[in-house]
Amino acid sequence: MSEVVLMKKSKRRTAAIGRFRELGLLAFIVVLSALVQLRNPNFLTFENINDMLTNTAILSILAVGMMLVIVTRGIDLSVGATLALSGMVTAMTISEYPQLHPLLAIALGTLVGIACGAILGFIIAITGVLPIIATLGMMNVYRGLTFMISDGKWVSAHQMPDSFKKIATGTLFGVNTLVVIAIIVYVVFYYFIEHTRTGRQIYAVGSNPESARISGINNAFVLWLVYTIMGGLAGLTGVLWVSKFASAQADTAMSYELSVIAACVLGGVSIAGGSGKISGIILGSVLLGILNNALPLINVSPFWQLGIQGLIILVAVIVNALVKRRVQRNQMMRRKI
Amino acid sequence: MMAETRAIAGKKTFSWKSFFLQWEWMLVLLFVAVNIINANLSPYYLDPASLRDATMLFLDKAFIVLPMVLVLVLGDIDISVASTVALSSVVMADLYTRGVPMPAAMLICLAVGTLCGFLNGILIVKFKELSAVIVTLATMIIYRGAAYMILEDQAAGQFPDWFRFLGWGYVGGIPFILIVFIVFAVVFALLLHKTTFGRKVYAIGNNVTASLFSGVQVDKIKIVVFTLAGLMAAVAALFLTSRMGSTRPNVAMGYELEVIAMAVLGGVSTSGGKGRIAGAVLAIFLVGFLRYGLGLINVPAQVQLIVVGLLLIGAVMVPNVRIWTKIRLQK
Repeated sequence: MSEVVLMKKSKRRTAAIGRFRELGLLAFIVVLSALVQLRNPNFLTFENINDMLTNTAILSILAVGMMLVIVTRGIDLSVGATLALSGMVTAMTISEYPQLHPLLAIALGTLVGIACGAILGFIIAITGVLPIIATLGMMNVYRGLTFMISDGKWVSAHQMPDSFKKIATGTLFGVNTLVVIAIIVYVVFYYFIEHTRTGRQIYAVGSNPESARISGINNAFVLWLVYTIMGGLAGLTGVLWVSKFASAQADTAMSYELSVIAACVLGGVSIAGGSGKISGIILGSVLLGILNNALPLINVSPFWQLGIQGLIILVAVIVNALVKRRVQRNQMMRRKI
Repeated sequence: MMAETRAIAGKKTFSWKSFFLQWEWMLVLLFVAVNIINANLSPYYLDPASLRDATMLFLDKAFIVLPMVLVLVLGDIDISVASTVALSSVVMADLYTRGVPMPAAMLICLAVGTLCGFLNGILIVKFKELSAVIVTLATMIIYRGAAYMILEDQAAGQFPDWFRFLGWGYVGGIPFILIVFIVFAVVFALLLHKTTFGRKVYAIGNNVTASLFSGVQVDKIKIVVFTLAGLMAAVAALFLTSRMGSTRPNVAMGYELEVIAMAVLGGVSTSGGKGRIAGAVLAIFLVGFLRYGLGLINVPAQVQLIVVGLLLIGAVMVPNVRIWTKIRLQK
């Protein structure tokens, strides 16, 4: 009924907006940066940008995994807990064996994460428990385990060798190691989801599970894989987090999963599954990073940040929905339906 | 499909077998088991007075479980409830410290919660392509953010003495909160199981399109249900604030997860159309007493979470496994 009215109103150019959604996001970032720069000239300095990228690196690595999960119509609420568990295991190991090579520490954390993710993936893919319930339950379990192994104690900076803290504070080719690791993750996963068979299968399962199954895709395996990857990335970032903040606590990254999901949603990953791009989530993470970094610089009270972030997420998803509606109307117009 | 027709048939011809195969009996068994184990683990567990007082400690979030059952039966989810608790509690405390009389502040608390829920409902109905998860995720951050805007990192409290009665008072030896909860549970059970409104909620959860074509006002019912969730979150805020004596913006953190866990454990399906208030109420007491017992033998709260988490996943997995074996038998 209302479709007819809106169809008349629709214009062809709105179709282009849908295709260049990311340009819109980029434009928003540029405008926001320009406004902040006007208020505080310290914003676009090399140090601050470097700082911002370093702070965004962990978020954007997690967003890559979360995107894969959301593409398969799932959601992972256990990210923060997995991150904390792997961070805690690594921190406790490194304080016990300070001679451990940093790369081995990273491998250990990633393995813990992969194990967490694999268990979760098994529950979701094999026994068919809904992702939101399974990840909710395992979030409690992993968070509890973190508390149990640490006995509620912190592992703090003086218990960690310098070589370990260097993981996050060191530089590689003049760029902070965290940023380098994040870029490696993007490149690897860009290749994985765009150019490998398994990567494409993730999208196939997300857009239409039934036809994916009929086409001979092993849906259960793809689902399991996605959660295992998410776990692995959460494990990796757990090590990076502990190294960056030089402390591991039982409540590390509490409810960080919300920021990760927010970065994905801002980056245009559809919660209905089947669509999402690496470039989008990088922009989404950067936007969140800028917000976190810029608001204090323009004297916005830190207590307003959460509310402003929430509003921006809400506006972003609503605008996204409206644009999508118009694009769909346009397509129907063209087909003269 | 088969199970559904069987369930309908079961209603016409009452059979003891199907009566005892209900999920609620499983919960009763679990509840008894938990109590036996707890009683064996700690000699202090079976003290009637402390068992009675234990209910005061977990019943505040139970108020939110009731509307959450409705939300889940609709096939939606509301993860903003904990933030609604925080916002309405913080608004009440802030107004009171600014000189608004306590009864008025309490009414405003309820109004704020209702408004939060109403907003969720409107957004979900107006933007159908956004799932309830994403809408309530956004409002969850916004409501919590608003609570921080109002109170920053301060705590507010020093309520009048009579306000303590909500969380700590007794009426005829029974905790006041328990009485209020039972009243609400009965009201919600009647609403969901005995009214046309309740039948429509189930209809929407089973098939939105079919209910729309049968003349069910889907949008209106969704808005009402989400508004109810907001209102009950505010009721929970009243009791929680009274029990704690003061409030902070980070109050009730993680409640949404516990609330959903209780509802799901109570046999409410997150894919909609299935679940009863009775199951959810049983699950509330099951989880509550389980955690109370674990607390008595000095299991830290965070470790109790492991048990709750495993219980949640196990509860959802068991019916799935039953379906598997059925499918295999049919082959």
